[in-house]
Amino acid sequence: MLKQKLKMVTGLLVGASVLGLSGAANAETLRLLTWGGYAPENVIELFQKETGIEVEVTKSNNEDMISKLRATGGSGFDLAQPSQDRIAGAQFEHEIYKPIDLSKINADLFIASMMDGTKKNTTVDGKVYGVPHIWGTSGLIVNRKEAGSIADYTDLCSEAVAGKVSYRLKRPTLIGFAFSMGMDPFAAYDDTAKYSEIMGKVEEKLIDCKSNVKSYWSGGDALMNLIRSGEVTAAMAWDTGGWKLNQENADVTFVAPKSGALGWIDTFALPAKTKNEEAAYKWINFVMQPKIAAMITASAGNFTASKGADEFAEPALKKQFQDSFPPEAIDNIKWYPPVPAGLEDIEGKVLDRVKAAQSN
Amino acid sequence: MKLGNSSKLGLLLLMAPLLIWLFALILLPHVDMFFLSIREKVAPRVYQTSMANYMEFFNEPLYWNTFARTAVMSILTTAITLLIAFPISYYIAKMLKGRMKAFLFVLCLLPFWVSELVRTFGWMILLRETGIVSSTLQWMGVVDGPIEFLYTDATILVGLVYSSMLFMVVPLVSTLESLDDSYIEAGYDLGGNGFTVLREVVIPHAMPGIVSGCIVVFMLSLGNYLTPVLLGGKDSLWFTEQIYAQFITRFNWEQGAAFGFLLLILSSLIVWAGLKLSRQTLSETMG
Amino acid sequence: MANGADVSEFDLECSNLTKRFGGFTAVNNISFNIPNGSFFSILGPSGCGKTTLLRMLAGFLEPDEGDIRIKNRSMLGVPPNKRPVNMVFQHLALFPMMTVAENIAYGLKRQGVPKAEIAVKVQSALDRINLPDAGPKRVDQLSGGQKQRIAIARCLVLDPDVLLLDEPLGALDLKLREHMKVELKQLQSQFGTTFVYITHDQSEALVMSDQVAVMNNGVFEQVGDPQDLYYNPKTAFVAGFVGDTNRWKGVVKATSGSEVQVATDDGLTLTATGIGQGCKTGDAVDIFVRPESVALSRSADALSGMENRLAGQVKNVLFNGANSRILVQDPTNGGEIMVTLPQTGEFNDLRAGQDLHLGWKLSQAKCFAQEAGKASGAEVA
Ligand SMILES: Nc1ncnc2c1ncn2[C@@H]1O[C@H](COP(=O)(O)OP(=O)(O)OP(=O)(O)O)[C@@H](O)[C@H]1O
Ligand SMILES: [Mg+2]
Repeated sequence: MLKQKLKMVTGLLVGASVLGLSGAANAETLRLLTWGGYAPENVIELFQKETGIEVEVTKSNNEDMISKLRATGGSGFDLAQPSQDRIAGAQFEHEIYKPIDLSKINADLFIASMMDGTKKNTTVDGKVYGVPHIWGTSGLIVNRKEAGSIADYTDLCSEAVAGKVSYRLKRPTLIGFAFSMGMDPFAAYDDTAKYSEIMGKVEEKLIDCKSNVKSYWSGGDALMNLIRSGEVTAAMAWDTGGWKLNQENADVTFVAPKSGALGWIDTFALPAKTKNEEAAYKWINFVMQPKIAAMITASAGNFTASKGADEFAEPALKKQFQDSFPPEAIDNIKWYPPVPAGLEDIEGKVLDRVKAAQSN
Repeated sequence: MKLGNSSKLGLLLLMAPLLIWLFALILLPHVDMFFLSIREKVAPRVYQTSMANYMEFFNEPLYWNTFARTAVMSILTTAITLLIAFPISYYIAKMLKGRMKAFLFVLCLLPFWVSELVRTFGWMILLRETGIVSSTLQWMGVVDGPIEFLYTDATILVGLVYSSMLFMVVPLVSTLESLDDSYIEAGYDLGGNGFTVLREVVIPHAMPGIVSGCIVVFMLSLGNYLTPVLLGGKDSLWFTEQIYAQFITRFNWEQGAAFGFLLLILSSLIVWAGLKLSRQTLSETMG
Repeated sequence: MANGADVSEFDLECSNLTKRFGGFTAVNNISFNIPNGSFFSILGPSGCGKTTLLRMLAGFLEPDEGDIRIKNRSMLGVPPNKRPVNMVFQHLALFPMMTVAENIAYGLKRQGVPKAEIAVKVQSALDRINLPDAGPKRVDQLSGGQKQRIAIARCLVLDPDVLLLDEPLGALDLKLREHMKVELKQLQSQFGTTFVYITHDQSEALVMSDQVAVMNNGVFEQVGDPQDLYYNPKTAFVAGFVGDTNRWKGVVKATSGSEVQVATDDGLTLTATGIGQGCKTGDAVDIFVRPESVALSRSADALSGMENRLAGQVKNVLFNGANSRILVQDPTNGGEIMVTLPQTGEFNDLRAGQDLHLGWKLSQAKCFAQEAGKASGAEVA
């Protein structure tokens, strides 16, 4: 209870400070706070061979990154990889990041449009806090044989898949359902009242839909197991998960929802109290080289913002991508705009109430 | 006088590590947590001191209900654990001797050789729709299709009782072992039957063990996170889950801290009420 | 024994009781009857099977063989709570979480006696044991002797046919034990209940009992009243266990009637009365002579009437008022003899080192076959 929570917080503090100490003692480590698959062993080895810098990887997710950095005021890590839409708000409220010195970044390595978009979205008070690394979408993973009728988020609530549905109880679900219900939550980002109204409708829908849900997944592996075993036939998830499953079972694949897949870009951002900024820049410029970027794509399953990396990507992956994303689906991707501070409080309440509702 | 002072100093020095530990690891974070909990976020980056975070708990039925549910489930867990653990403990303490006794005791300990996560996953492997129990039942022809045993309140109870067992068995065994057989025999000899001996002799004697076991199990269940969340699935609704969510996924430390304090206060109240109802005192239990 | 009679003169009849633990026979084919209202003691060394026997009577152990009848009703298969016997445990087993009154009321409640009646009975029981105000006290507020009386009262309010007591004085100090001996006996006659009392202390058994059974290795060596056991022991074990005695080991040289000539291992030739079958020429025997049956004299002539005569030197005077004794050493072989000092005044000035003559009558020296042969009896099974 309280102790556990305390343990958690003090654990974070102690853990982070220990990491901090060890980082200070050995300047040539890069402490990377990132997602699973974004820093594969082979890339780390190559990087160390070239620069002599060791890389310590801590796997995380968006919320966890913010929590960790907030707990330590932005120390404990040298480089973090939050999604681009989650930087501005967090920076504004908690000041956990440090502006990026763009002169230290080799802009030639990046796809220009993506670089520009990310810069725009992560600018706070005229300073840029993020550059793009990996992008992808979330949409639906569907077992086409058993749940062929599922084409949009709201279809997850249909009788056809009752009890065989899984999604996360997190903000992408709220956004996805809002779009699929014909509303545009992104357009309401700056209008709290309107946004609350949209969320209210989504809440109703999700509570209604609860009885259809097998379980709310929280870890990718757990979801994959649910789908593999056939206990779940339709889920809301990331594209890569669908493609991975597709290799095992041709019936299962990622489907871009009718109302549009949700596009995300994970970035590089510097924690406010990074101890090894130089190494962070070195890492960014290293992994954005097309060949290295292709290695990361192979490991993470998603494409990167590296210019020319496509050439080196595995054909199978490209094929899967094209299957899931016909040209009109690509145009229909809804890219997350930066989340204004405060929106997450509204969403949190909605999620709490959905969680607490009794499914019948 | 001088002696008195120096011995006092000595005592203080002896106690110093404990005091520092208590202060640094228990008191300080709590104080910090408390100040956090009375900070209300009025706008991004703007905070004011108020009890709003606490009021939120009472005003929003969802939190209040979650707590009530968690408390009721924990009380149920405690009661079930006691009902199962008592005969087992009695058997270990009074019926068994030597190697068998050690063996059974270790059997109770066994679940704790793996981490809670692994233990809970063990249950999930057993109970999921495509799990061992479901497939076995289908194979035996007892049921036609797969059954989902997970994600129900009963499953949460099973998991909690399972992981609480040891904390009930240990204090029970030790109090029951201290009950001389002659008391039980005297109970029978003077005309008591199994039930009256249990009620009049065994239970009164085991009361301190029962009470301390119950307190530990109740608090552990209330504070458990993994078991209810993993086994309860979409309807788990555990209060610690709320606290966790406030801290980690909502970045709302203020609310989380307030919930943490409420959990501490309310659970202490429940324990106090339990002691009152069973006419026990904490000092008796510990002494 | 009481064939056909509905009302037996015996409260407790045991026939051929046997209890084995694995290959070990703890109680070996014991039969005895206890008359109504008597105080019956079982006296024996530690480990001889007393508790085992008592626990069979109480119902905590089922006998492997034999029958237990209480008031002419067989107790086989009757659980302890259904038997008309109650037990005072070695450590009393007063329930610590109850008051004294609750302890005494416990059994009455189990019998379903109405509340008001219980209160009356409890108070009268407390009055009878002279602790009228002890009711509301907690058990740990009582002295050892008080606890003792409460434990007995707790059983006696139930008016059992037989009360079993397992060394209840064992935990008390010597002084209190002496006092409680008298009190127990009084309680017993006051309540008129049959007591079966276990002890390894012969003085407890002798003082309190109407009948004593001397137990050894799972069998009763002899059952009788205290005088009988003391003066007419039937076996070497009883002679050695009940009361103090001098003992010589030796071999029978000649016999004439019950008179036996024995050459002792330390070189004396003694004449004794042979008891039982084991005193034939050539048999290994024990000779027992009680300290108080040895006559003392400063001159050899005065003892001429005695069949056994010895000269020796006072080694030690163990002065203890009326119970004073002396230790006399035989100068020829170093053997020692314990003698009770007569209270006639004649020997009040006796000092260590003085020479003395000792003598005792043939009838005071008892010859038994040596115990060793008998001891193996229990191990058969
Ligand atoms: N449950 C048992 N299992 C095996 N052996 C036992 C058991 N109970 C008693 N014995 C053995 O039986 C013998 C008699 O035991 P018992 O307790 O009757 O002796 P006791 O005469 O009461 O001795 P004490 O005076 O020391 O109490 C002992 O040798 C003991 O070791
Ligand atoms: Mg005994």
